Amino acid sequence: MTEKNVVTAIHDTLHERMAADERVVILGEDIATRGGVFRVTQGFLDEFGEERVIDTPIAEGMIVGVAVGMALHGLLPVAEIEFADFIHPAFDQMVSEVSRMRYRTNGDFGLPMVVRAPYGGGVHGALYHSQSIEAFYGHIPGLKVVVPSTPYDATGMLRAAIDDPDPVLFLEHKRTYRLIKGDVPDEPFVVPIGKADVKREGDDLSVISYGLMLHVCLEAASRLQDQEGVKAEVVDVRTINPLDTETILTSVRKTGKAMVVYEDNRTYGAGAEIAATIAEEAMFDLDGPIVRIGGPDVPAMGFATNLEHAFLPDADRIYTHMLELARF
Amino acid sequence: MPSEDGDVATRVTTAASHEALGLGEDDLLSIHRTMLTARLVDEASFRLNRQGKAPFVVPVSGHEGCQVGTAWALRRGQDIWVPYYRDVAVVLVAGMTPVEIFLGLFAKADDPSSGGRQMPSHWGSRRLGIISHSSPIATQVPHAAGIAYAAKYRKEDAVVGCWFGEGATSEGAWHEGMNFAGIHKLPIVFICENNQYAISVAQAKQMAVENVADRGPAYGFPGVVVDGSDVIACYGAMRTAVDRARAGEGPTLIEAKTYRFFPHTSDDDDRSYRTREEVEAAKHRDPLHLFEHYLRKVGVLEKSAVDELAVEVKAEVDKAVDQAWSAPDPEPSSLTRHVFSEGDEA
Repeated sequence: MTEKNVVTAIHDTLHERMAADERVVILGEDIATRGGVFRVTQGFLDEFGEERVIDTPIAEGMIVGVAVGMALHGLLPVAEIEFADFIHPAFDQMVSEVSRMRYRTNGDFGLPMVVRAPYGGGVHGALYHSQSIEAFYGHIPGLKVVVPSTPYDATGMLRAAIDDPDPVLFLEHKRTYRLIKGDVPDEPFVVPIGKADVKREGDDLSVISYGLMLHVCLEAASRLQDQEGVKAEVVDVRTINPLDTETILTSVRKTGKAMVVYEDNRTYGAGAEIAATIAEEAMFDLDGPIVRIGGPDVPAMGFATNLEHAFLPDADRIYTHMLELARF
Repeated sequence: MPSEDGDVATRVTTAASHEALGLGEDDLLSIHRTMLTARLVDEASFRLNRQGKAPFVVPVSGHEGCQVGTAWALRRGQDIWVPYYRDVAVVLVAGMTPVEIFLGLFAKADDPSSGGRQMPSHWGSRRLGIISHSSPIATQVPHAAGIAYAAKYRKEDAVVGCWFGEGATSEGAWHEGMNFAGIHKLPIVFICENNQYAISVAQAKQMAVENVADRGPAYGFPGVVVDGSDVIACYGAMRTAVDRARAGEGPTLIEAKTYRFFPHTSDDDDRSYRTREEVEAAKHRDPLHLFEHYLRKVGVLEKSAVDELAVEVKAEVDKAVDQAWSAPDPEPSSLTRHVFSEGDEA
């Protein structure tokens, strides 16, 4: 076991996969000479060479499109989008090409590729360095979308993503990069894509979340137990698509109360799908209304510290809602 | 590369004979038969469309010269074909059969491109090295660059051919793919089939330059203009480009000036944007007829043989239509398959 933060976990896993398999190549803006703006690929250029560690022009659609070509011809590309906010020019490649290649060829072609993208707020990123993009991509059949939030999950899920025969959008919450630390086994292991995880057990209510909000929920749940004796179960979704409805529903059926917390704009966010699933499948197991907490429906969080805080759901607010739901 | 007459793009004429390009009589006859097959596949497809048997047809007629000429310089089973939807003749060269083309036209279960999922003419076959493409324009250009990168990385001597119309050259993806290919001196040839219209939008409304090929040097590689109605000239331009790519010298952009004789698709009405006089004038430079003239001139094919061949190929095409028409449709229950890997792919 080694204690590490999220960014180190991703660095180490990518490094391990590149050292083990020459088919793995990485491409993106500033990833080679600079080692990535978040230092995820620091030292890779010297070790693996410029053929495998490719600094690209600023053209996100091309980064994804070139990765498609590489995946079609025997490589296992891991593309980095510098900030998830900048992935939008690649939307056409992601929707029309990446996620449809297998389907449109009736299974003849597959795309074993990963697109990594740091996302989310809380880092003074303002409008264009803070966005959550999972809902756009979670809507597309044929694309797996994952959001690991701990060093352990980031390690196991990145390994699973690179091994996966299908394309995976690997979302890394920027605020968790250096904030969240945890033990990671030194031996290779996999965390399967499509499996949620109960991060904290409890009987009184279920809180379903992911990304930075998962950690905010865990903090609120801990205080709630200390201060009120209320035991919240916190489920980490981990994979946006395909969604592990079984783990979510099992928890909700146990507690009878469901709360969904996410950072993205509330309307049409990934939490809406989770709430709808609970309503459809577990209506008669519920002892209270489904509570959905998301970011406000404004275009983005502001740069000013207080504007950013006003956007992000915080532990106090979540605590209040948890208590209210528990007492319902 | 600036040529001596001061133009940016190099111009290729039919100065080279087929012998000088290493083409024998058998090659010439095969090239001709492929062009003829493409033309007759087209005519059959439109006939089927009018009969209500084929909901959607993307015609090739007029493009056979530039398609067969360029595709002929690649090797089946080794090189990679990244076509676009008009490339009936390219995929014939790559090894797709008329039966397979009609299986796609009728959206049959055994359509090799998509099992009846995509619209017709959205080619793809892993077995043949034909890369599947979509309907959005120019999205395949970065794919082609990525494939060429992988081929170079794996130290294969494969060359990638990437075809598109001049309309595609307005897309950002086109620029981005060209740029990446130039930076890495990739083994790839870009072939622009410039038929002067992006559906209805004339070239003058698409770009301020006369030649798409002029853009090649901006990406660090040559741009070549060739007469798309001259199949031998197209082969010659492609031969040079493929040799250059295989030698590790990087990409080439070939622009074949061509014309499509039919509307954009069976759903288009080109009378709204092209005069009949213009279309008829273009048919005087029909690549198939020009090549037949050339074959007679060099004594490879008599006039009577051309007529006999047309009857023979038409019979083959008709047989292919019948075979494909009677093939099974996809099972409705297959709708949900192959969203993700089913674990049994080869």
